[in-house]
Amino acid sequence: MNAFWIILTGSLVATCCSLLGCYLILRRMAMVGDAISHAVLPGIVIAFLFTGSRDSIPMIIGAGLLGVLTTFLIEFFHRYARVQADASIGITFTWLFAIGIILISVFAGQVDLDQDCVLYGEIAYVPLDLWLTEDGLSYGPQTIWTLGFVTILIIAFITFGYKELFLTAFDPGYAAVIGISTTLWYYLLMTAVSLTTVASFESVGAILVVAFLVGPPATAYLLTDNFKTMLIFSVIIGIVASIVGYYLAYWLDGSIAGAIATVTGIQFTLAFLFSPTHGLLLKNRKTMAV
Amino acid sequence: MQEFLEFFSFADANIRYVTIGSVLLASSSAVVGCFSLLRKRALVGDAVAHAVLPGVCLAFIVSGTKNPLILLLGAFITGWISLVLIDYITSRSRIKEDTAIGLVLSVFFGIGILLLTSIQHSGNAAQSGLDKFLFGKAASLVGEDLIVFGAVAILLLITTILFYKELKLLCFDETFAKSIGFPVRSLELLLTTLTVFAVVVGIQAVGVVLMAAMLITPAAAARFWTERLGVMLVLAAVIGAFSGISGAFVSYTAPAMPTGPWIVLIVSMVAILSFAFAPKRGWVARMLRRRHNKIQILEENLLKLFYQLGEQHEDYFSNRTLDNILTRRNIPKSQALAGLAKLKRQGYIQRHPDGWALTREGEIRGKRVVRLHRLWELYLTQYLQLASDHVHEDAETIEHIITPELEQKLMEELNYPALDPHHTRIP
Repeated sequence: MNAFWIILTGSLVATCCSLLGCYLILRRMAMVGDAISHAVLPGIVIAFLFTGSRDSIPMIIGAGLLGVLTTFLIEFFHRYARVQADASIGITFTWLFAIGIILISVFAGQVDLDQDCVLYGEIAYVPLDLWLTEDGLSYGPQTIWTLGFVTILIIAFITFGYKELFLTAFDPGYAAVIGISTTLWYYLLMTAVSLTTVASFESVGAILVVAFLVGPPATAYLLTDNFKTMLIFSVIIGIVASIVGYYLAYWLDGSIAGAIATVTGIQFTLAFLFSPTHGLLLKNRKTMAV
Repeated sequence: MQEFLEFFSFADANIRYVTIGSVLLASSSAVVGCFSLLRKRALVGDAVAHAVLPGVCLAFIVSGTKNPLILLLGAFITGWISLVLIDYITSRSRIKEDTAIGLVLSVFFGIGILLLTSIQHSGNAAQSGLDKFLFGKAASLVGEDLIVFGAVAILLLITTILFYKELKLLCFDETFAKSIGFPVRSLELLLTTLTVFAVVVGIQAVGVVLMAAMLITPAAAARFWTERLGVMLVLAAVIGAFSGISGAFVSYTAPAMPTGPWIVLIVSMVAILSFAFAPKRGWVARMLRRRHNKIQILEENLLKLFYQLGEQHEDYFSNRTLDNILTRRNIPKSQALAGLAKLKRQGYIQRHPDGWALTREGEIRGKRVVRLHRLWELYLTQYLQLASDHVHEDAETIEHIITPELEQKLMEELNYPALDPHHTRIP
């Protein structure tokens, strides 16, 4: 049963992240996703200080705000202070992450958080934290409920906003002409990324979020030229990574999040070498045949 | 104050170690970071920092010891591989650089975490402390570490100084460097190696996540204060050293405080202040300059209007009412009034009961703007063969920018003309 809960958690995170990641990598913003996943730390800590618990909702709000703030700061430094785009990403997230760690140290007595937990989480504890009702009924692990809710939210966001997200990513000029606000959808996408990060940080940590945001979409990108297919492929790839990763970790007796990230790397390598359309080896053979 | 003196007397050997260590690490990575920043590869350092972890773990698994030299070697190898992989992925597939960086970063780190936890669970007692690579422990630097890291940091600085000219050319004009026979490939390799070294060493102070800041942030801050690479390198090193000392000081006065994050926090504050207030490139300076330009353009446009009104009847010093002025050009009323008030204070116009009139100085300045406008129109039609009805817009902008030297040059080029393309007189 534990294996089932852990793999389910991994798959839920994989679904959210892979879907959003497809947009991020096509917008060339993969590193913004990385930045947000680290920069939400002070938001989590502040929410923790205000409520004194690991309640999901205040944390999601706190971290969501920080995520939007991160995006805004990156834009601000880049556009108004003319800092190079990549430098502005690096400076913003390290700064916010440092603030987060300092906050943790200042309130060490009151905050039951530490930075390793934020970085690589502990998915193995998911089944332990059950949601129990007053009469002792168990509804399964809490994390599953939070993540399930976020996953539904993200899927709804992508389904209903499909046209807007698609146009603002691929043809911002046309989007603006037919009256879709590029800025609004940009910030909505970033809010969704922060939401996902926060919902998954406790269980899988920032690193796995980045691995899922970038890995499966990049692999899918090498396998197909159709955007809808890419979305579906990346979700499947993410779920497969969760399953294989779990057993790899079990075998090596190591961190599950680390193992899943490793598997996404292996998947990418396979696609990089053997993809029928864009793979290194098969592409070469095709040109040789011609 | 007591603590301040105690700290800066450096009497305590421990304080000495921590401070010297932090300063060396921070300033050497800042210097190398300048080159990564200028080559627009700021985030590569982040990837290397994460990729170091599996190397450290593998080195430990293979050697079974925590000898800093062996761990550094392992870290160096995987850090280096990660950079090569990023280049390879971007050049051999349609994956973009940011995706490649994110991918390499998370996968290498994932492998590292997997190995690290696997080692920790194996029950090997020697492993404890291996995870300090993750978060950095500047405050617990001891003599032996310090010698190794200090040596690497100094080596980095010396290499940078020795290859200063070559690296400079690589950053600013790679094509030229290639054409005059510089070994560009080897230089790139050298820079990669320097970056990996800087990261491997710097991680000791601030940990994996914050390492990117040690490379980029001082460099980005220094970039705002100067246009010269030499000055930028020195400034970045000074900013790095300053935050190193401050971080060590903070964790000395409050021992619960982590040194690394404080170093990063301080260096970020320096950077943000630089972005805002640096002369010339800073945000405030640019805002002021833009406002100043806007005001100057408004004033010159107003004086030009006075002059053009005067031209109609060869009568430059009569009164003009506000309506008079605004019929020729659509300036918002409040702006126009503010501009007129300013011009009056500067003595270019005089207030009369029913309007304003040019003074002698105002007439000269207005005349000059009109002359520049018409000279430029003529220049465009004669030298760029533009139609005479296409040149007005361009002249509207340039008339506020042309310097007296340029004006002289234009006059010479155009052979001291009398008429503009619309056959009006050039005053």
